[in-house]
Amino acid sequence: MSTTNQVAISAEGLVKKYGSTTALDGVDLTVPTGTVLGVLGPNGAGKTTAVRILGTLLRPDAGHAEVGGYDVVREAPRVREIIGLTGQYASVDEDMSGRRNLVMIGRLLGLPRDQSKTRADQLLERFELTDAGDRIAKTYSGGMRRRLDLAASLVGNPSILYLDEPTTGLDPHARNGVWDTIRNLVLDGTTVLLTTQYLEEADALADSIMVFDKGKVVAEGRPSELKAQAGKQSLDVRPAEPGHLERVAAIVSEAVGTRPTVDVVNALVSVPVSDGTSMPVVVRRLDEAGIAVTELSLRLPSLDEVFLALTGHAAQEQSIAVLEGASR
Amino acid sequence: MSTATLEVPATRRSRPFAWAEQSLTLAWRNIVRIRQNPEALADVTIQPIIFLLLFLFVFGGAIAGGGTWHDYLPYLLPGVLVQSVVFSTLGTGVALNEDFAKGVFDRFRSLPIARVAPLIGAVLGDAVRYLTSIVILMTAGFLLGFRFENGVGNGLLACLVVLLFALSLCWVWVWLGLKLKTAQGVQGIAFLVMFPLTFGSNIFVQTTTLPGFLQSWTKVNPVTYLVDTMRGLMIGGDVQKPLLITLAWMVGLVAVFAPLAIRAYRRRT
Repeated sequence: MSTTNQVAISAEGLVKKYGSTTALDGVDLTVPTGTVLGVLGPNGAGKTTAVRILGTLLRPDAGHAEVGGYDVVREAPRVREIIGLTGQYASVDEDMSGRRNLVMIGRLLGLPRDQSKTRADQLLERFELTDAGDRIAKTYSGGMRRRLDLAASLVGNPSILYLDEPTTGLDPHARNGVWDTIRNLVLDGTTVLLTTQYLEEADALADSIMVFDKGKVVAEGRPSELKAQAGKQSLDVRPAEPGHLERVAAIVSEAVGTRPTVDVVNALVSVPVSDGTSMPVVVRRLDEAGIAVTELSLRLPSLDEVFLALTGHAAQEQSIAVLEGASR
Repeated sequence: MSTATLEVPATRRSRPFAWAEQSLTLAWRNIVRIRQNPEALADVTIQPIIFLLLFLFVFGGAIAGGGTWHDYLPYLLPGVLVQSVVFSTLGTGVALNEDFAKGVFDRFRSLPIARVAPLIGAVLGDAVRYLTSIVILMTAGFLLGFRFENGVGNGLLACLVVLLFALSLCWVWVWLGLKLKTAQGVQGIAFLVMFPLTFGSNIFVQTTTLPGFLQSWTKVNPVTYLVDTMRGLMIGGDVQKPLLITLAWMVGLVAVFAPLAIRAYRRRT
């Protein structure tokens, strides 16, 4: 058993400016060994900049950070020995086969040829890429490319792994695959720093979450704490016939015990719920009443809603309009 | 002696020449990529042939002054060889820039490998492209009737000199490729650099036919001395002086631009 108090990643007062833009404006963070930190935020919040500094790709203008006890600027080569990095845009060589990508990294890390090949085959198998191993990466789907990228960052058995938006742009099936992989890595004791735009993802994977906004940490805590701050889930029911709105509202009200809001324009009945237990009741009542619905969904708060709740302002200008539209 | 075999963990071994091995691995990557994308070799196969044929058959008669293209070929071929190899060094910078844009270099930079390895690897890998250009042009030249009039050994030495010159000059493009934001930017600068270097020289014509200011330029242009060296070795003429000047330029280019390139690589974000 290893002690859980050890710190894998720590940063204090990280600042990074690009010209007049401040990408990071004094960020502190700590990730205990063997845990997952989810860094949540919209585009431009500074997530990638933080990852690039902690991954030794970028020097901070101020502040300092240690990874595995090594300073990311002064002892960058040491840091590179223990980290794996998977970028937002899969950084695999598209003109080489998946296998050759992995063999190349093994060779660069100083593994002998045969061991590089063995390691490549192991990783291809683990990421279900064995059959595609000899095809050039250009022919891979988005999900396969991400998996290859992840495999590439694991060739050197890193103890600390950075995943910069690992599922952005993936379909749900591919996303679940990446999630399973991350969970298995954590079971093996890997420390993970994960950036994401989806609260759902941070919630599913992270032990703790930090919310970034405009280069600053605006909230942090365990997923459950943040969700409590961000508000509950929402049950949405949309009847096929707009004329049934009132009857649907009555049924929902009775089943949930809270008066729902009725959106006449969008023909939508929504009610805040703490969990999904009332959903089967609603379905049964609607069925008994013979009311057809086109939509019945349990929705988590979106990043915009989380942002609104945590920061008092929307993540992006345009999302204000979206939220206003939704509440009409 | 037989001992219990312990499973070797997948860890790195530190070795004194790790940077050289890493560079060779990355050179291998470039060669694999060339094999995967043979159409990317157009700039070192079709383009040189087009230049050779264009100058030989279209301008050859006029330039030879009363002679025919047969008389121009021995003069032209060493020149076109230099021109196409000098042009193909541009590709090294463009490819590096694209690699950076695609994020492949993020991977390299996050690995515990020598900082020079990706750059040396890129340059060594491109030696294959330069060599392709040389082989293609020499083959075409021989088919058209060109011969090493100064002996095969000297002819091959000339090919080696131009190859080494390309490997020195390409550091300029490595540096620009890392310094400039886009591949288009690199190509845009190419015209500013390549045209004075190649056309402002003795590649196609005797410099005595040029106006005075251009003659002054050709006298400082390293390409002039390289071409003189090539002609001396391939078809006869003074070699020693132009060769020494060429070698000095090669050393100077690497001494200035390799450190600049490495610095740009470290700073690039």
